[in-house]
Amino acid sequence: MSEVALSDTTMAASTSRSRAQVLKRLRSSDIYFRQLTRLSVLLVLGLLSGVILALVIGSIPALKTFGFSFVYTEVWNPVSEQFGALAPVYGTLVTSAIAMVIAVPVGLMVAFFLTELCPMVLRRPIAIAIELLAGIPSIIYGIWGLFIFAPFLQKNVQPFLIDTFDGVPGLQSLFAGPPYGIGMLTAGFILAIMVLPFITAISRDVFDAVPPVLKEATYGLGCTTWEVFKHVILPFTRVGVIGGVMLALGRALGETMAVTFVIGNAHTVSASILQPGTTISASIANEFTEAVGDLYTSSLIALGLILFVITFIVLAIARYMLLRLQQQGR
Amino acid sequence: MANSRQNNLYASRRLRNMLAKSLAYGATAFGLGWLVLILGVLLIHGIGGLSLAVFTENTPPPGSDGGLLNAIVGSIMMTLLAIAIGTPIGILAGTYMAEYGRHDKLAMIVRFINDILLSAPSIVIGLFIYEVLVAPMGHFSGFAGSVSLAVIVIPVVVRTTEDMLKLVPDTLREAAASIGLPRSMMIQRIAYRAARAGIVTGILLAIARVSGETAPLLFTALNNQFFSVNMNAPMPSLPVVIFQFALSPYEEWQSLAWTGALLITFTVLGLSIVARSLTARKS
Repeated sequence: MSEVALSDTTMAASTSRSRAQVLKRLRSSDIYFRQLTRLSVLLVLGLLSGVILALVIGSIPALKTFGFSFVYTEVWNPVSEQFGALAPVYGTLVTSAIAMVIAVPVGLMVAFFLTELCPMVLRRPIAIAIELLAGIPSIIYGIWGLFIFAPFLQKNVQPFLIDTFDGVPGLQSLFAGPPYGIGMLTAGFILAIMVLPFITAISRDVFDAVPPVLKEATYGLGCTTWEVFKHVILPFTRVGVIGGVMLALGRALGETMAVTFVIGNAHTVSASILQPGTTISASIANEFTEAVGDLYTSSLIALGLILFVITFIVLAIARYMLLRLQQQGR
Repeated sequence: MANSRQNNLYASRRLRNMLAKSLAYGATAFGLGWLVLILGVLLIHGIGGLSLAVFTENTPPPGSDGGLLNAIVGSIMMTLLAIAIGTPIGILAGTYMAEYGRHDKLAMIVRFINDILLSAPSIVIGLFIYEVLVAPMGHFSGFAGSVSLAVIVIPVVVRTTEDMLKLVPDTLREAAASIGLPRSMMIQRIAYRAARAGIVTGILLAIARVSGETAPLLFTALNNQFFSVNMNAPMPSLPVVIFQFALSPYEEWQSLAWTGALLITFTVLGLSIVARSLTARKS
């Protein structure tokens, strides 16, 4: 900017200067600015490659020692320096799955409400309020989950779940064990609240983009609001909804602080979702600064690499879906 | 016969519709309920500890009273530096994508990558900065914390800058070109001005996002029990102090954690509401 101001003043006082000189200066600043923007773009590109490269290099010692079995080994013993990623990977997938099971239907129903049922005046305020849920920092969800939500679950919900499903084949092991309060179910539930606004925001956008003619035609046939939603809006916006869900899933997989507070940090794989576990991000957050020895640190970085690969794939699918939608729209 | 069957069918369709509608109302109440619940609990737990001491005293040793001064100062310093690093890069990159490379391959690839960075797990960014800055330097530092936050700032600013510049009508650009303005000057003098509110919104959203981030600071800036403005040394920050204090067994620490949580949440929510109203007025 300062350069422009400079060339400006010279331009104003350019009565004595030759026109060619000024033009030359303008041309060079033009090229300079363009190259500067290009450089910044390349920097963004370099950032992603840098992240991948740093993670790969950092995890080489661990992968060399444990080989591919790192991914499916459960043991995690800092004393004997035996590390495997199975428990954190399992915990990450399970908590995210719980989050999606809750957040997808709720998020879609909220979007349904906002686009089809809500009175016009209330639409914007309610949409903003739901989006504010996404603005609350994840550490707040964590502290809230630990002090308020986990004790509540421990006292009121988990004993009920354990009693209800006791003796039901299949579900019994899913809800087994003493009610700790913290654990995979609690973490999944908090994740669900955190990703809910992402699902709602994107679904609302795509629902709004459904041509009114389509809806009106279906209403004209005598369909109810729900039937219009189920048979017209939802199929029409399928690609966008899946994109939004994948985006939310990407968030859930990588979420750190909220989960760290309530997961319990236990490197075990247990069938019961009421038991404490750990996720990739929680393990890194809890142990990285305390990790002694190259192998321990490297194993944690290898965990980060696995997390990055998983989220990269999920997010890439999400973006691809949303991009396809955009091109359809044009 | 046929009539009553039709009536039955109609009744069940209506019932289903009613059910779905009430579920939708319920889902919305559920979502809003959480917002109220979270903010309410924060107010109840946090406001008790809110006093002048919070802003004038440093974080206490276990078992005694104190404030959050060093954490607040650390957070502000690291956030400002992160914005100072991230914003110019983000705006310039967004400019390239909206002005120069609208249809070229590079911009398309970077758009995709930027979107991925936008939602990449922040803890992984912490690991990245640890590998490239903390490990070679040999110690944790506020500077490393700022850089890791800047990595989070960049994609946010790139995205909003690009979107906002694309909203600037092409006729403005053509008018500028027709009076002989070079392209770079057209961008700086015309396009930036037209998109200013939107770009500022992006920066505010980036500040909001960054000031609540904990994960990337855990092993870049670490923490510091004392007041420090030395960017080359470990630096405390509000989110990390909350993390440490909340998980501690000391009551004074837990109460400070709640107060800090209250401060952060209302700062962040306030920022995002201001940011929103900026663009809302424009459109």
